[in-house]
Amino acid sequence: MKFTGKVWKFGADIDTDAIIPARYLNTSDPEELAKHCMEDADPEFVNKVSPGDIILADKNFGCGSSREHAPISIKGAKVSCVVAKSFARIFYRNSFNMGLPIFESEEAYDKCDEGDVIEVDADNGVIRNITKGIEFNVAPIPPFMQQLIEDGGLMAHIEKRGK
Amino acid sequence: MGMTISEKILAKHAGVEGVEPGEIISVKVDIALGNDITAPIAIKEFKRAGAKKVFDKGRVALVPDHFAPNKDIASAEQCKILRDFAKEQDIENYFETGEMGVEHALLPEQGIVTPGDVIIGADSHTCTYGALGAFSTGVGSTDLAAAMVTGETWFKVPESMKFVYTGKLPKWVDGKDLILYTIGKIGVDGALYRSMEFTGPVIDSLPMDDRFTMANMAIEAGGKNGIIAPDAITKAYVEGRMKRPPVYYASDADAVYSDVIEIDCSKLSPQVAFPHLPSNTRAVEEAGNVAIDQVVIGSCTNGRISDLRKAAAVLKGKKVAKYLRLIVIPATQQIYRQAMEEGLFDIFLDAGAAISTPTCGPCLGGHTGILAAGERSLATTNRNFVGRMGSPDSEVYLASPAVAAATAVKGVIASPEEVA
Ligand code: SF4
Repeated sequence: MKFTGKVWKFGADIDTDAIIPARYLNTSDPEELAKHCMEDADPEFVNKVSPGDIILADKNFGCGSSREHAPISIKGAKVSCVVAKSFARIFYRNSFNMGLPIFESEEAYDKCDEGDVIEVDADNGVIRNITKGIEFNVAPIPPFMQQLIEDGGLMAHIEKRGK
Repeated sequence: MGMTISEKILAKHAGVEGVEPGEIISVKVDIALGNDITAPIAIKEFKRAGAKKVFDKGRVALVPDHFAPNKDIASAEQCKILRDFAKEQDIENYFETGEMGVEHALLPEQGIVTPGDVIIGADSHTCTYGALGAFSTGVGSTDLAAAMVTGETWFKVPESMKFVYTGKLPKWVDGKDLILYTIGKIGVDGALYRSMEFTGPVIDSLPMDDRFTMANMAIEAGGKNGIIAPDAITKAYVEGRMKRPPVYYASDADAVYSDVIEIDCSKLSPQVAFPHLPSNTRAVEEAGNVAIDQVVIGSCTNGRISDLRKAAAVLKGKKVAKYLRLIVIPATQQIYRQAMEEGLFDIFLDAGAAISTPTCGPCLGGHTGILAAGERSLATTNRNFVGRMGSPDSEVYLASPAVAAATAVKGVIASPEEVA
């Protein structure tokens, strides 16, 4: 798995209400949800982001509610992956279950600026900042989560391997 | 080596002798819950996977409570997906408007969740049932879909943190203040991925409703679950109520904790969480002069009968401040009736409050009390994120029912001491 894209930076404790406000939760349509991705953190985000871009956040990204609409809206906005210092646990779980790649890295947040182009190379456990010509480690994805991604998410995993 | 209560419940449901933090296990689920926001996605996934029947029609609970009674056409469509699925699958625990209450108040009240259970819910406040001594945690819609098919789910066994509450609770300080203070102390990711076990002499005499409030907000510290070992208070609540026999677990004396945090409660004041994080807490006396436009008393955190009684005790014979809206939302139909029979509604109505049918409503900015830009609400709910109750330019302050009632009377954030 490799992702290359421009970085959009967000701070600590970005909650799921900021990622996709509850006023839009009367639908689960990915395209509809994508229109409001990150709206209460940055109302201009959906107009600025390009397909393949990467969200880079400080600690505890995705805290708050269990709404899967949050990773759905990020995926719908064509963000390729999210890198953060840490993730809230339900968001972490949801992302793997529905196939949004996410990575934990302490350094990436501290050493990358908004607009930098980075490459997340999950297979080799490195993030390269192409703009700045530096690289740092990314925490490996736990084996069970890797299996989930390989199988195409939780439901496909269950179909494939039985319960 | 001893085990914590959470580890014991997980081991039992995994069919093994013991588990250790970090292990990934597959466990049997006693109850799987969804609501009008999360269940439609789960049902879609369920169908997409080609599943025909839920694993057990008595162990799935569907509660349309967030945007119900339906606030608009899109919400009506969401609720219809639940209703159609409930009919098709003959789901026993489906609650139509009229029986419906806020899910986390409703399920314990109706005896659907039981001590010793493993419960998952596609709603982050599913951690509420830990107050009964169950392992209960929020998951996403896909997890719910998988559990509806298999009756199982996977967990990474969490480390446990032990919170010991000592001393004596001062007047006006309750479970809400304890949990707000705790979150303020450790931060919104202070218990990330971990189990929060609430213990100590203060917990030993804490009423059941306050215990629900505390376990409810474990997620606000990032916790995987909050849990309180069952005791005489739990048993008195459980007796004659539960649909399945309860199993009581307790932590071993030599159980291992990643942290032990002691909190002396004797000098605590009522707490207020300022915008925009539940950890942004201070004592009510230090709130300063904050004018409030709306007060909400309700939600899965503080919409239970004792919450309404506490609010009514402060409001009795008083009037709500001019230009302030006070909205009271009993969390379930049973609570609604009880409050009415106890005469609490007269007190609320005399004070100038609006009383709503049970619903999540304004708690997540759904309906029945949305804020305009620049407005401030003080609420007994659990989240004060940007835009949580309406406009992204509004503010939410979190507090106990007594502080909420006092604030409604004063028009500014106030201690019940100033009013009663
Ligand atoms: S009352 Fe609020 S926190 Fe509780 S389930 Fe409803 S929306 Fe969620």
